[in-house]
Amino acid sequence: MYALSCESLTKSFRKGKGKRVQALCGVGFAVRAGEIYGILGPNGSGKSTLVRILATLLLPDAGRAQVLGYDVVRQARRVREVIHRVSTEAAFFKKLSPLENLLYGARLYGVPGRKVIRRARGLLAELGIPEDKQVRPMEQLSRGQQQKVAVARALLIPPPVLLLDEPTTGLDPRSKREVQELIRGLRDEEGTTVLLTTHDMEEADRLCDRVAILDEGRLVAEGSPRELKEQIRTDGQPVSMEDVFFALTGKEWDDEG
Amino acid sequence: MRAELFTRPLRRELVATWGFVARNLHLTKRYWGWELVWFAYSLTSSLAVAYIGLGTERLAGAAVDGRALTLYLLVGTLVWAYLSQIFYVISEMVAWERWEGTIEYTFMAPSLRLTHLVGTSLFAVIYGIARTLLILAAASAFFDIPLVGANLPAAGLWLAVGSVSFVGFGILAGVMPLLFPERGVQMTNVLAALLLLVSGVYYPVEVLPAWMQVLARMSPATYVIQGMRGAILEGVGLDQLARPLLYLALGGVGMILFGTWAFSQAERYAKRTGRLKRSG
Ligand SMILES: Nc1ncnc2c1ncn2[C@@H]1O[C@H](COP(=O)(O)OP(=O)(O)OP(=O)(O)O)[C@@H](O)[C@H]1O
Ligand SMILES: [Mg+2]
Repeated sequence: MYALSCESLTKSFRKGKGKRVQALCGVGFAVRAGEIYGILGPNGSGKSTLVRILATLLLPDAGRAQVLGYDVVRQARRVREVIHRVSTEAAFFKKLSPLENLLYGARLYGVPGRKVIRRARGLLAELGIPEDKQVRPMEQLSRGQQQKVAVARALLIPPPVLLLDEPTTGLDPRSKREVQELIRGLRDEEGTTVLLTTHDMEEADRLCDRVAILDEGRLVAEGSPRELKEQIRTDGQPVSMEDVFFALTGKEWDDEG
Repeated sequence: MRAELFTRPLRRELVATWGFVARNLHLTKRYWGWELVWFAYSLTSSLAVAYIGLGTERLAGAAVDGRALTLYLLVGTLVWAYLSQIFYVISEMVAWERWEGTIEYTFMAPSLRLTHLVGTSLFAVIYGIARTLLILAAASAFFDIPLVGANLPAAGLWLAVGSVSFVGFGILAGVMPLLFPERGVQMTNVLAALLLLVSGVYYPVEVLPAWMQVLARMSPATYVIQGMRGAILEGVGLDQLARPLLYLALGGVGMILFGTWAFSQAERYAKRTGRLKRSG
């Protein structure tokens, strides 16, 4: 059984009068349990839309998606119990402290604050949020620090499936590494399945077991970073994930200049 | 780790209910400056309305009992302050979380939508009572409010049952911001203003044109305010109230059920059209 799978997922949005924007056109892939699966693609290629459908925040127009065998439309509550998501924007009550935001989050999952407060403090500290900042309003934290709190929130009640939508965007190189290590650690120790979108090609290369490339709502390639690099190599020269990205998203650097 | 954290389903929903209440209590504390301004605004507008009573006596002469009119207005304005507070907290729940940016995380949690609504309503009632008592305490420094003839248990019951209807109204109106991210809140404000106009908060509904009286009969606030005036100003007892209270309670429960259903339909719609949240 796959931890995460989708078939022919299609989603469009209304855009002004009569016009529609096609965010996903028949996307299908499957992620094994304990796998770190990356999704790369240009801005507007449909990555966040895909993550939202898996997180039960958007209903697909057509196609199916399952998380641990639960259907994201018909068994949305089951799905919600086994996932958590991190997104780029800091989605917090700005006046509440990181701890208050985290405990609120835990209670929504039915877990009393007192059961997780120590773990919450520990996680925040591990991610480099000093103790005095843990109890001050979120709005006093830098953007990167807020992003770390978002990561801590997703890990507070460790979910079997993590949906990470650009979790390291806005982090400094050291913090980025720390978060990446945390993700890898979760997979290694808890067997967490991770779906990760990123614009950081090096991150995809380093962290992901397999990567899919999304372009204008279509899945145009899938494979391990090595396979993808092999695929586009022509003359024996070393290639990077960035080369893969340019080659497969059809927007080659030369075209633009 | 997970297994030991999760408990039985009902307990989980109770914890989540408390989560919503605690969150809003914390927010109220952190937005205290704004709370203070809002309180001052409510108090001054209540006082301004109550002074109309004394003013009318001065203008119209001895034919008007200014003290009685002041009390009449004071009951109306305080009950309205309470009911509208419940209405606003619940109906603006979605708009507010959208503004904070937390809405997707709240809707992504496994707790029931009913829990979400109950938790928010519970806070709305607690907050409404606390606030209205404070306004009452402050107002009693300006006016002599005799409660000797009042039937307080009856008044309490009216208010409790009225809260149920306004929770239902709030949930129903809360659908608007879900459907219309930009104009939804304005719509709930219009609804509140309309209720204020037709429910006889400051005057008997009989002075309204016939078509407005039809609306008045549909507004639960009309019955609550009439009931409260009866209980506080005339000491009307519970024996005379059983039937209207029962109707009000049934209507309120019906409105909550209908509102919850409408809310879940609107949630589906928002998730189909991408209106829950746009950016990111
Ligand atoms: N809620 C929405 N309402 C209307 N259009 C939307 C909505 N969400 C996404 N879209 C549109 O769908 C397309 C895909 O957007 P999406 O956010 O999934 O892209 P993305 O790959 O995550 O981009 P980025 O790399 O910039 O985050 C875009 O054209 C976007 O404008
Ligand atoms: Mg995105």
